[in-house]
Amino acid sequence: MVKVRGVSKQYGGKKVIDNVSLDIAKGKITSFIGPNGAGKSTLMSMISRLIAKDEGDILIEDREIGKWKSNDLAKKISILKQSNHINIRLTVKDLVNFGRFPYSQGRLTKEDEAHVREAIRYMDLEPMQHKFLDELSGGQKQRAFIAMVIAQDTEYVLLDEPLNNLDMKHSVQIMKVLRRLVDELGKTVVLVIHDINFASCYSDYIVALKDGAVVKEGTTEEIMDTAVLREVYDMEIPVQDIGGNKICVYFA
Amino acid sequence: MKRILASLLILLSIASLFIGAQRISFAELLQFGGEAWELIWISRIPRLVSILIAGASMSIVGLIMQQLTRNKFVSPTTAGTLDSASFGIMVSLLVFTSAGPLVKIAVAFVFSLAGTFIFMKILDRVRYKDTIFIPLVGLMFGGIVESATTFFAYKYNLIQSMSAWLNGDFSMIMQGRYEMLYISVPMVIVAYVFANKFTVAGMGEEFSVNLGLNYRQVVNVGLVLAALVTSVIVLTVGSIPFLGLIIPNLVTMYRGDNLKENLPHTALLGAVFVLACDILGRVIIYPYEVPIGLTVGVIGSGIFLYLLMRRRTYEQ
Amino acid sequence: MSNRTKLWLLAGIAVLLTVVFMTIDAGGHWDYILPRRGKKLIAILLTGTAIAFSTVVFQTITNNRILTPSIIGLDWLYMLLQTLIVFLLGGATLTLMNQNLRFVGTVALMVVFSLLLYRLLFKKEGRNIYHLLLIGLIFGTFFNSVTSFMQKLLDPNEFMVVQDKMFASFNNVNSDLLLLSAVGVVLTGIYFAGFTKYLDVLALGRDHAVNLGISYEYVVKRMLIVVTVLISISTALVGPITFLGLLVANVAYQFLNTFRHKTLILGASLISYIALAGGQLLVERVFTFSTSLSVIINFIGGVYFIYLLLKENKSW
Repeated sequence: MVKVRGVSKQYGGKKVIDNVSLDIAKGKITSFIGPNGAGKSTLMSMISRLIAKDEGDILIEDREIGKWKSNDLAKKISILKQSNHINIRLTVKDLVNFGRFPYSQGRLTKEDEAHVREAIRYMDLEPMQHKFLDELSGGQKQRAFIAMVIAQDTEYVLLDEPLNNLDMKHSVQIMKVLRRLVDELGKTVVLVIHDINFASCYSDYIVALKDGAVVKEGTTEEIMDTAVLREVYDMEIPVQDIGGNKICVYFA
Repeated sequence: MKRILASLLILLSIASLFIGAQRISFAELLQFGGEAWELIWISRIPRLVSILIAGASMSIVGLIMQQLTRNKFVSPTTAGTLDSASFGIMVSLLVFTSAGPLVKIAVAFVFSLAGTFIFMKILDRVRYKDTIFIPLVGLMFGGIVESATTFFAYKYNLIQSMSAWLNGDFSMIMQGRYEMLYISVPMVIVAYVFANKFTVAGMGEEFSVNLGLNYRQVVNVGLVLAALVTSVIVLTVGSIPFLGLIIPNLVTMYRGDNLKENLPHTALLGAVFVLACDILGRVIIYPYEVPIGLTVGVIGSGIFLYLLMRRRTYEQ
Repeated sequence: MSNRTKLWLLAGIAVLLTVVFMTIDAGGHWDYILPRRGKKLIAILLTGTAIAFSTVVFQTITNNRILTPSIIGLDWLYMLLQTLIVFLLGGATLTLMNQNLRFVGTVALMVVFSLLLYRLLFKKEGRNIYHLLLIGLIFGTFFNSVTSFMQKLLDPNEFMVVQDKMFASFNNVNSDLLLLSAVGVVLTGIYFAGFTKYLDVLALGRDHAVNLGISYEYVVKRMLIVVTVLISISTALVGPITFLGLLVANVAYQFLNTFRHKTLILGASLISYIALAGGQLLVERVFTFSTSLSVIINFIGGVYFIYLLLKENKSW
């Protein structure tokens, strides 16, 4: 389990995360939602040690992240940020190979190779595994990066806006894969997500943040509620039941 | 603030006239036409005028370049303009040995314009437009142009004389040797006329075209101004590093961004700054002189560092 | 052609050059010529490899292919130190003084300077690396101002002594220093060996590297120190060749077209050796010493670099 306890972060005197505490349940999809500047990405980056926290504790399996060896942590938790521009020319397979670095330190074993093949297959990338990343479309590239994270084979998978710049079809495709990761492979997935209806349709739990603090956390059922969303977004958001999912109709 | 600057300028200007290896007293000035007056006419006034022109015009050129590139850290020093002008001077020394100063300026101008254009081209290619990264590229580019200068200077044994040329120095300024600097004055006026257009052009090509501005033309005018002023100053005074960078930044710190209103402030502060540095250089090891290139180089890099450090704290 | 073939090809050229270099115009004086030329080649091998290696590593850390480690002001610091010795103690001192002392002192000061700079960077989280480089570069310009001021005051004879140090030269490499440098380079290499596996991952950028379990700050700090030590050693041994690294690293990327650092570093080192040995041969046989090797390399490196920048339409 991931436990966040009293975590704060400030930039230049301004608190972007203010005394946040929350738990992330194992084997579920948890989505962070909230308006721009709520601190969703910052919180996620701190949980995955990409940036340091100023105060508080983050416990992964009851151990403070600062106490983990970075390499061991890389076998436990992985993160994918939203902008993944890479300066070097890699093929899909090269990229996915990197996912095994925490285990192999660059020398792939038979087992590593198997993981890589599996990850590529899982993301339907076999036909293009020898293509260079810069020859792929946005959706394919995103799948390749997710394949790398899958090859990393961590219990916790953190994704910062994985649907950014994707069209509807690819967005649905990615979300389905994430659902399968949880249901079939028992992973724990944490997302920062802007599209509240995607959050509603695919997550088990939702954490709503605003101004660096948790406004409300709970099951999807609890959060997808006009009163709660009003508090988070400062606007009226009617919620309707469509085909068993709660959908926000906030466009008009 | 403008008043304070203006009075400071007058005060320092008067002081500047009286400081030097040769002492001048008020008593001597009472006899008109005496030796003291001659000294003032031949050496002190030309020096003062060139300091004022150089300080003001270099700062303004820096401001324009920053507007055009939308980057606070671009200036003749950090865009290869200065180094290209030096390259031009070296070429004119080699090829047009006996040419007059106007030809030398023309050659230096052509090279510094070409250099600045190349830098702008490079900017177009750089997709990663980080504020810090751009001046880094510019300084690297300048270094490369400088290495080309060295290549030829070494071959023709000009290293020491080039290095003397390039370290800005007002001590050699006297009547008959500085008048080319007046070329900068009309340039400053053009800058004032174009001020608002530079601001719009800085927003980008599409933005400007949408507002009905001839983007290419405006950018070209800006670059020509920058190259011409830089060449004139390098040729008469030598290079004064960082001037075009720090002065506009200091002005923005207390006045915010508005090119047209900032222009007079920038010019004033530039003149005051160079004047103060020059006086400092003249008294610090009196009766010898520290050249302006060194004083501004030292103080300027200090201020630049401060600007960089400060930027970090309020950015996020 | 596979990369393996390409590397063999490079190795072949290197061997060929070595043979030509050792035997051309020997005229039978083998016992005199072989050790003399051998020494030159060892110096070339040492500095060529050190520079190629440290540039590739540096570019990987900074995620950028247009920067070179010398830009953090090391070359200028070196020049400042050499000029300072001549300025304070006279030209004779620089040539007569204990070379080991000068060498060790220069390397030590260069390394200490960079360590201070790195401290500045890593003290505060979130500073980007370009920030550090720009600060280094400004220090460089500052050193440069001071250096050119002192050079201006030198008499031409003493200036010639400094000028000799301004340009890398393999002609009079001191045997003691060569041994000292070799030991330094090998020790640094052994220290680095454990970090080699991280290079490929670091090229993905900081976030990916941390995600894959690299203690980023710890590793990068140590790599930067290794880079500095190598650059300092090679500069103190033969003098500054600012743009050699830039040239050979980029030729290696283009020629080998891979991201694997083992291949890249080996390739860049071979290219570096070929460039230096071939260049030295040209300087000796074609230009008959009328120009300096480092001047040519900087010139070619610079031009190639600008060509790359303008030709390729990709992000840097």
